[in-house]
Amino acid sequence: MSIVLDRLRERFPADVVSTHSNFGDDTALMRRERIVEILAFLRDDPELLFDFAMDLTGVDYLGEEPRFEVVYHLYSLEKKRRVRIKVRLHENDPVIDTAVSVWPGINWYEREAWDMYGIVFRGHPNLKRILLYEAFEGHPLRKDYPKAKRQPTIGPEE
Amino acid sequence: MAVRREKDGAPGYTLTTLESLIAWGRKFSLYPFTFATACCGIEVMGAFGTHYDLSRFGAEVVRFSPRQADVLLVAGTINYKMAPVLKRIYDQMLEPKWVISMGACACSGGFYNNYTVLQGIDKILPVDVYIPGCPPNPEGIIDAVVRIQKIIETGAPRAADRWPIK
Repeated sequence: MSIVLDRLRERFPADVVSTHSNFGDDTALMRRERIVEILAFLRDDPELLFDFAMDLTGVDYLGEEPRFEVVYHLYSLEKKRRVRIKVRLHENDPVIDTAVSVWPGINWYEREAWDMYGIVFRGHPNLKRILLYEAFEGHPLRKDYPKAKRQPTIGPEE
Repeated sequence: MAVRREKDGAPGYTLTTLESLIAWGRKFSLYPFTFATACCGIEVMGAFGTHYDLSRFGAEVVRFSPRQADVLLVAGTINYKMAPVLKRIYDQMLEPKWVISMGACACSGGFYNNYTVLQGIDKILPVDVYIPGCPPNPEGIIDAVVRIQKIIETGAPRAADRWPIK
């Protein structure tokens, strides 16, 4: 078994929903309530030292409940290890605490996930759209976003 | 009675109208503003370069200020976020002005039939000449410039005069 997942289960037994290591990719599905504490533990634990948040993405499992998923891709430059932390979020409450306090660089990834999926990162310092413009209606990577939907063309700002 | 005329070097004179004289001047001094956002911009550079030499048609002075330009050459994909910028640049150009829509993306959105790409710049601007292709080759750009010259020469109505299309 993986040392990363063992440490996680040992430290947060109530928060781990499931884990797997398919093809050597350590993955843990967690509950969202203490996610900041879990991520800070992964960063600070001397055996893990995940100091690099490589990516954060959203996933839309339309038709399932919980519908949304947030995936953290972490890497340890010190230990040369990777781990994926997944958190499922319900459709009517797609809110999760921000991880900016753990890794400042995750700021823009969270803004992108908000932009594309409408996932709210509670406590984020600047949760605005990052790729699309402010007048854009909807979140285009959601699976129920109409394929042929067109946005209003905005004129020059007066 | 026929009068015998010899070449004596006198300048002579010609009759014209002021409109056609101005049109003649305009025709050979089209200053383009290239709004290049994608691979079409590379073909534009090829057209302005020495090999295709767009300056043969008097359109070699590329102006990077819209206030000094006559032709807006939109080369590339325009998305909804870029659309107000393009519209503002068009508004800043002085009359008379012409618009060339170059390439599949600018003409119709091309294969970017998705949530963020404007499906043709004619949604926001009057377009005089469309160039098909993905990207068009420099001959297409030369052809478009010649067609703009024809519009000027014949006094044909510009797209801006019949805009918006009802």
